[in-house]
Amino acid sequence: MAQRECGASRSMRNSQRTHGSYLKDLLFVLTQKEIKLRYKNTWLGYIWSVANPLAFALIYFIAFGIFMRVQIQNYPLFLIAGLFPWQWLAHSLSAAPNIFLANASLIKKVRFPSNVLVASTVLNAGIHFVFSIPVILGFLLAYGLVPSWSWLVGIPVFVLAQFMSVYGLALAIASLNLFFRDLDRLTSLVVTMLFFLTPIVYSSSMIPAQYQMFVYLNPVAPLMLGWQQLFLAGELNWSLIAASYLYALLFLGVGSLIYQKLSWKFAEVV
Amino acid sequence: MIAIRFEHVSKWYPRYHQVLRGFKTSLLHLSETIRSFRQGKFMALDDVSFELEKGETVGLIGPNGSGKSTAMALIAGVLKANSGRVDVQGRICPLLELGAGFHPELTGRENIILNGVLMGLTRQEVLDRMDEIIAFSELESFLDQPLRIYSTGMVARLGFSVAVHLEPDILLIDEILAVGDLHFQARCREKIDEFRKRGVTIVLVSHSTDEIRRLCDRAVWLEQGRVAGEGEPGLLLSRYAERDLPLCGPAAPAPA
Repeated sequence: MAQRECGASRSMRNSQRTHGSYLKDLLFVLTQKEIKLRYKNTWLGYIWSVANPLAFALIYFIAFGIFMRVQIQNYPLFLIAGLFPWQWLAHSLSAAPNIFLANASLIKKVRFPSNVLVASTVLNAGIHFVFSIPVILGFLLAYGLVPSWSWLVGIPVFVLAQFMSVYGLALAIASLNLFFRDLDRLTSLVVTMLFFLTPIVYSSSMIPAQYQMFVYLNPVAPLMLGWQQLFLAGELNWSLIAASYLYALLFLGVGSLIYQKLSWKFAEVV
Repeated sequence: MIAIRFEHVSKWYPRYHQVLRGFKTSLLHLSETIRSFRQGKFMALDDVSFELEKGETVGLIGPNGSGKSTAMALIAGVLKANSGRVDVQGRICPLLELGAGFHPELTGRENIILNGVLMGLTRQEVLDRMDEIIAFSELESFLDQPLRIYSTGMVARLGFSVAVHLEPDILLIDEILAVGDLHFQARCREKIDEFRKRGVTIVLVSHSTDEIRRLCDRAVWLEQGRVAGEGEPGLLLSRYAERDLPLCGPAAPAPA
């Protein structure tokens, strides 16, 4: 059969391991590019990545905390614990529809694993989230609380689950958007809907008992609840972790399947 | 040894891709257009067969929408043929259109790494070749400047410099050599000659008859997705020019 090693280096043909190291390089270079771009023209890059969820926390605090008098202890802290990881998800998913479109000229000419473009977008947002954890820590200390050692386990566990989930979803959205261009609008709508259906501005205990079960039907709720419990109470809730990974595997599987089925057609439709 | 073989290759797009050919072409070949609409598909390549020996330099000629770029994309492996067989032996390196795989905000140096890795090298392999690439591009003094301040020709030079240092077995050049200045064009030709001596197979799409005549051992003429002729570039080009005269006037040997 045709030997199509477009771009693949000679050494790469030999083993899976070197192919893996090539993918790692590609992911590294693309993510580095995103991060460099973010900081190139603005030395405020980091501030901006933190300012956005902080601004939203402030708005929600005013609207729901002060005006609507939501009774949650340390409400600003509670908001931040949910909004920071949410921003990772929301940024990645709203960027997803345009990932392949923005690289159209490349996809039309070069055979390369284009799913790495998606991975680098999600990874980039994830890195920003991880670097914003000190801000959460700062708020925690300001409220006279202390972080727990369980963070050392919980953060990597939830980071991995969220990366898998978001990457799978973003891969599906990015692929499908080439065939149904309206997905762009739909995505931003669904992300907003999901935000208000997830206990981020309200706590899960505020949900009436008869609707409690639906929280677990929301595929991103276990993740967000997990983050909140980890940051606020230092708790590792294993049923939330299990649910997060269940959804993560599902999304990763579905996303990869869609990509696998459609990617050979990308160059025609992009 | 055969480097590239097309065996009865057909590639069609669903009807809604028709516009890709351009409205002018569609209108000029109205009967053809109607035929393909009736069939519900547009034949970009229609039962195309040709072979390229390893080390050959072959020019693809033909008007816009005749299937040249589709053929290139099939060789590069980004498209799949609907029927027939495409066999390609060796490592392919496409020369990208201006700026593809580059980012305007990154510096020349950063872009070299990005582009090289996108084209299939590991980071270390790019870094090992960095000095050669820089030397060939002759852009040393701009290398730490963002690409957006580069002129069009300088971007093309950078792209070409990366591409030729990937050690390809097959080089795909789609109408991009004309952007560099005369000096750089001369160096590109030198490099292409060097590649030919080393046995690299080169496929060149160009509307510059000069370029085809000077660089190619052979030419393949595509017309509405079929092979209309094949042979010595000079002869084929004059036949091609004659075919075009009544349509486009004497001043334009190929519609742009």
